[in-house]
Amino acid sequence: MSLEILGISVLWLFLFGYVMIGSIDFGAGFFNAYSVITGKKHILTNIIQRYLSPVWEITNVFLVFFFVGIVGFFPKTAFYYGTTLLVPASIALALLAIRGSYYAFESYGSRGHLGYSFMYGASGLLLPASLSVVLTISEGGFIRMHGNNPVLDYQALFTSPLTWSIVLLAIAAVLYISAVFLTWYANAAGDADATRLLRKYALIWSIPLAITVVGIMVELRKHNEAHYARMVDMWYLFAISALMFIVTVGCIWMKRNYGLALWLLVGQFALAFFGYGISHYPYLLYPHLTIYDSFTNEAMAISLVIAFVLGLLLLVPSLYLVLKLFLFDKDYVRGKGNHHA
Amino acid sequence: MVNEHAVFYSRLLTEFTLTFHIIYATIGVGVPLLIMIAQWIGIQKNDEHYILLARRVARGFVITVAVGVVTGTAIGLQLSLLWPNFMQLAGNVIALPLFMETFAFFFEAIFLGIYLYTWDRFENQKKHFLLLVPVALGASASAVFITIVNAFMNAPQGFELVDGELVNIQPLVAMFNPAMPTKVGHVLVTAYMTSAFILASIAAFRLLKGSNHIYYKKSLYLFMKLGLVFSIATAMLGDFSAKYLVEYQPEKLAAAEWHFKTEKGASLLVFGLRDGEDVKYAIRIPYALSILAHYNPNSEVTGLDQFPEDEIPPLYIHFLFDLMVSIGFFMVAVSAIYIIGKLRSWRWIHSKWFRWIMVLGGPLAVIAIEAGWWMAEVGRQPWILVNYMKVAEAATSSNHVDLMLLLFCIIYLILGVGSVVVLRRMFKRNPIEREIADRKAEKGGDLS
Repeated sequence: MSLEILGISVLWLFLFGYVMIGSIDFGAGFFNAYSVITGKKHILTNIIQRYLSPVWEITNVFLVFFFVGIVGFFPKTAFYYGTTLLVPASIALALLAIRGSYYAFESYGSRGHLGYSFMYGASGLLLPASLSVVLTISEGGFIRMHGNNPVLDYQALFTSPLTWSIVLLAIAAVLYISAVFLTWYANAAGDADATRLLRKYALIWSIPLAITVVGIMVELRKHNEAHYARMVDMWYLFAISALMFIVTVGCIWMKRNYGLALWLLVGQFALAFFGYGISHYPYLLYPHLTIYDSFTNEAMAISLVIAFVLGLLLLVPSLYLVLKLFLFDKDYVRGKGNHHA
Repeated sequence: MVNEHAVFYSRLLTEFTLTFHIIYATIGVGVPLLIMIAQWIGIQKNDEHYILLARRVARGFVITVAVGVVTGTAIGLQLSLLWPNFMQLAGNVIALPLFMETFAFFFEAIFLGIYLYTWDRFENQKKHFLLLVPVALGASASAVFITIVNAFMNAPQGFELVDGELVNIQPLVAMFNPAMPTKVGHVLVTAYMTSAFILASIAAFRLLKGSNHIYYKKSLYLFMKLGLVFSIATAMLGDFSAKYLVEYQPEKLAAAEWHFKTEKGASLLVFGLRDGEDVKYAIRIPYALSILAHYNPNSEVTGLDQFPEDEIPPLYIHFLFDLMVSIGFFMVAVSAIYIIGKLRSWRWIHSKWFRWIMVLGGPLAVIAIEAGWWMAEVGRQPWILVNYMKVAEAATSSNHVDLMLLLFCIIYLILGVGSVVVLRRMFKRNPIEREIADRKAEKGGDLS
């Protein structure tokens, strides 16, 4: 395996990590705000706070890791994406600021500030939308070169059906992932009311997810035929992914094996995410930038890989400890004892 | 093609973000160490007050960490958004410390979460203390790595530029550049110092505002002591930094000292106003600049006359330099007087006016941090990568930077006000007297 492939695989893996745990976070914010509107706040808020408070910072680091890593391994991405993404990325940062401060301000300061809860909820939908724009742009056709400078063509971007189908897919996926995870978590916590409500959300959001996935294939075929063709070549990955999706929904429908459902959910998205990523190869930004012409020099690549391996030796046991303490610790999940500072 | 408009607003936005971030980042680097020390003393002395101190500071720390994390994420992305050409070039050489910084941050984030949410899971306080070690280590390590990136911008090395291509790249040589030791040292100790004085000023403030609890007296004494140690270390490292400037960035020191002509036996200018090359109302300390530069009163100090006009940084950095140094010395004096007074039982160090001075210490130290960073950063104008790339060549070509500036100003305003309001409310609602009473009721223990 060449260093380029290794680099992009590592980054893609971290992006996948962010997509999964970030989705839980974004969706939870939306469900929380929704439960405030519908007067069901008492059912959901506790479950959501208990899981999210200790881990929101870690969630955020996955994102930081990805964008620092991609500029490190592929410095030219800073030039193309940095120049063109100023507005969407700044909006995403503003939304992240709302979320980050929400955990701290809400859980330690003024519990139950209504306006903040809504902004937090709204950001749960807007963030996947603003982040998914990057995926759209990477398909090509939205960046024009003015002299030596790339410029984002906003009109083309906002009028393209591809943009909107990716946005809808991102939102549906976020809400679905979040609902499935929280169903499992609420069930593990022995909270029957929350489980019932979240199970309903999971089933509801599985429908738009299935529809948008089909929609995106149709749009991609029109927009970037080469990419579409490569995806068709890897049809088996997507087929297994779809099968996992069906079994997950089945488990939740029959109210059993929530743990299995969660693992299948991870598998489903892993296959789809890597299938999408591999079929995008070798482009980082179609057709301007491939992973080969943007790769950093060899000395830096090797030192980054070494740093990465050493870093993982530190991180993996630490992450395992977090999972053990907050996700698989029965007493904590059930909210026994006062763990709060 | 340089887009002046975008360059100007990119500079402004970066400055706003960093100025705001630095306040929280400094606290983020310094406070974990102080929490760790307080917890350690609590365990050693078997004194519940220090454990409570660690716990209360940690609780407030969460709020500042949150703001530090989101503004840190902002500057992390803004580097690529606002300075794409710089990141494209420098990414090839300096990605390693940036990458390592994320690991340090990751490490800290994980253990901070665990520390905060496992208060009553460990019967043994020592086990809980152990969780603080990686938090403090991670916090300091991320400061080290990110400062290395900044040091590289001041003293780039570890590569060769041949016909616009980077060759012979040596990541470790780039990291261990000549600016690195003094920068890293200075940043670390000033962060510890500032955090100590901030916490001391909170204790002094509570003592002034009615509470006469022994908890605050212990806390004030502890943090003034630590503040003294770190401020003396700061002064020493500041001196080394000046020596570094003499050797590698003489134009920065010359601009900060309004040292126009290269001469032997140069005098140091403190304060003053400038009209062209005439300086009025300044305190001149003969030979002091030569001593500062080379430990030798007759040594020659390079002046601004040795540099082309378009490579001289703005001369207003003199005021920033003076402000930073004056506050530094003032805080050494205040903390030294307090500690000596405490040992010799001088009564007036407990007087209102002296406590007010200690209350001022926290904000003053923060101002010194800001002034120091402004001086260091403005002092390398017009370069973004000294001697390799000018700021104007590095900025984005996008036309929307002004709007984004507005957006981020609103965010920082919300975050700034929000964090202050929440922190105030948090400690007002649960003053130390009540927390001790609550714990007593809970444990039926022997707390005083």
